[in-house]
Amino acid sequence: MTASNEQMPAPSLDVDRIRRDFPILRQQSHGHPLVFLDSAASAQKPQQVIDAMSEFYSRDYANIHRGVYELSQRATQAFEAAREKVRAFLNAGAAREIVFVRGTTEAINLVAMTHGREHVRAGDEILITAMEHHSNIVPWQLLCEDRGANLVVAPIDDDGALMLGEFEKLLSPRTRMVAVTHVSNALGSVNPVREITRLARERGVPVLIDGAQAVPHGRIDVRELDCDFYAFSSHKLFGPTGIGVLYGRSELLESMPPYQGGGEMILTVSFEKSTWAEIPHKFEAGTPDIAAAVGLGAALDYLGEIGFDRIAAHERDLLEYGTALLEAIPGLRLIGTAADKAAVLSFVLDGVHPHDVGTILDQEGIAVRTGHHCAQPVMERFEVPATTRASVALYNTRAELDALARAIVKTQEMFA
Amino acid sequence: MSELRELYQSVILDHNKHPRNFGEIDGASHYADGFNPLCGDKIHVTLTLEGDIVKSVAFTGAGCAISTASASLMTESIKGKTVAQVMQLFDSFHELVTGDTKIEVGAPGLGKLAVFGGVREFPVRVKCATLAWHTMKSALEGSDEIAKTE
Repeated sequence: MTASNEQMPAPSLDVDRIRRDFPILRQQSHGHPLVFLDSAASAQKPQQVIDAMSEFYSRDYANIHRGVYELSQRATQAFEAAREKVRAFLNAGAAREIVFVRGTTEAINLVAMTHGREHVRAGDEILITAMEHHSNIVPWQLLCEDRGANLVVAPIDDDGALMLGEFEKLLSPRTRMVAVTHVSNALGSVNPVREITRLARERGVPVLIDGAQAVPHGRIDVRELDCDFYAFSSHKLFGPTGIGVLYGRSELLESMPPYQGGGEMILTVSFEKSTWAEIPHKFEAGTPDIAAAVGLGAALDYLGEIGFDRIAAHERDLLEYGTALLEAIPGLRLIGTAADKAAVLSFVLDGVHPHDVGTILDQEGIAVRTGHHCAQPVMERFEVPATTRASVALYNTRAELDALARAIVKTQEMFA
Repeated sequence: MSELRELYQSVILDHNKHPRNFGEIDGASHYADGFNPLCGDKIHVTLTLEGDIVKSVAFTGAGCAISTASASLMTESIKGKTVAQVMQLFDSFHELVTGDTKIEVGAPGLGKLAVFGGVREFPVRVKCATLAWHTMKSALEGSDEIAKTE
């Protein structure tokens, strides 16, 4: 990950204090304390985010931009302040490079439908990896079908790590876009995105990074990564649903045609011809989820106060602890064992289907995700129909992973 | 925990481990595929009718314990029945697992299928239990579409 300061030991996280910030964690599930291990699907929200949105609706809400009255100006300021917070979080060069969208999925579709349609012709290629989430496969597939182009897939090894040498070989003179995930949602593998952008840059190919699973685990520096596009969703970052971000280099965003037409994205409209607003507004047709942007800003403030390095260190500890616990269980196979990995523990049990595992764990108050994790090609690669996935976040504890391991053993006993 | 024991009764665990009529009937007169997109469960059901009677039935596929055991027990309970009886059983089974009506767990007519009475306490697992049945029904109805549990 890009979160640095490896040399300086980060002061440890006060998890008890953090857990008090998340009201949803204070509940029982099936008579057990809730153990929430599904943050990779969507993270829980701290009171600070809930309050920020509630206060915004209670005090500052109005439609944004163009309102001459005080309330609209206040709402606009809050919305644009959130954009600036995102800019700082990504270390982007300018706030106008931050486009608010509904989520990672919409961000990727936006790039495929605009930049992709402008530049991809019959016989051209889009290069992705075998570990992509469906949202970084299907938009490119639609584009390829539309253009008669080809989707090219770089393989992953048995640990679930990208085979960079193969990736490089697949970068061809016909490659028009590289679209890769920063962190795999199903496997936890962290991709060598800096290497990927370097290889692509040498060949003049733009790179989109799906950061949905990366942002909760550390600060991102899009300039250091040298990517052209970076996409993420607020809801995986302890912010609300309904909003996400597309970072795009300003030259690219400026050269791209609009994505959706409507209000807010125009400069002038007549029945003969309309002209477009400046970026990022050119890509923000219609009234956005204003309060969600405010909530995202509050989530970034919250994480910034705790410290991204401390969060990363805590998660690394949980990943190591959890990996050792699960590896010690006979009949359990971890799916995704890359050397560079985020805090995701995906596994299968001999003779027990993940769906049954999920139901039994649920009865113990443990919330995990079971299924293909919107990454069916990954399941095929590892020849499993599905996995059980436990994913951890800053509010999880070693004791919760102990509970997970105990419940897994119980499941095995039941199916023995 | 008692609800869980009710769901995973020993009969279900046994049929999951040793599914009956697992395979494919060569030259089957009826067949269909079923798919549960929620968990990725896939099933292929083949049947041979002799007149109006289910002479043989088999299934292949990969799924959770509930869906595998349900398919296995289904093949045992429909063999030798008329199509009309099978359809009636489909309705009873559906009511048993969804709890839509007041059908008693262990009501007569369901036989061994009564072990699925615990499924109604787990709404997200109902589709696991009914996938094989929907697939079998669409095979009998000669539908070309992949059976889903909607």
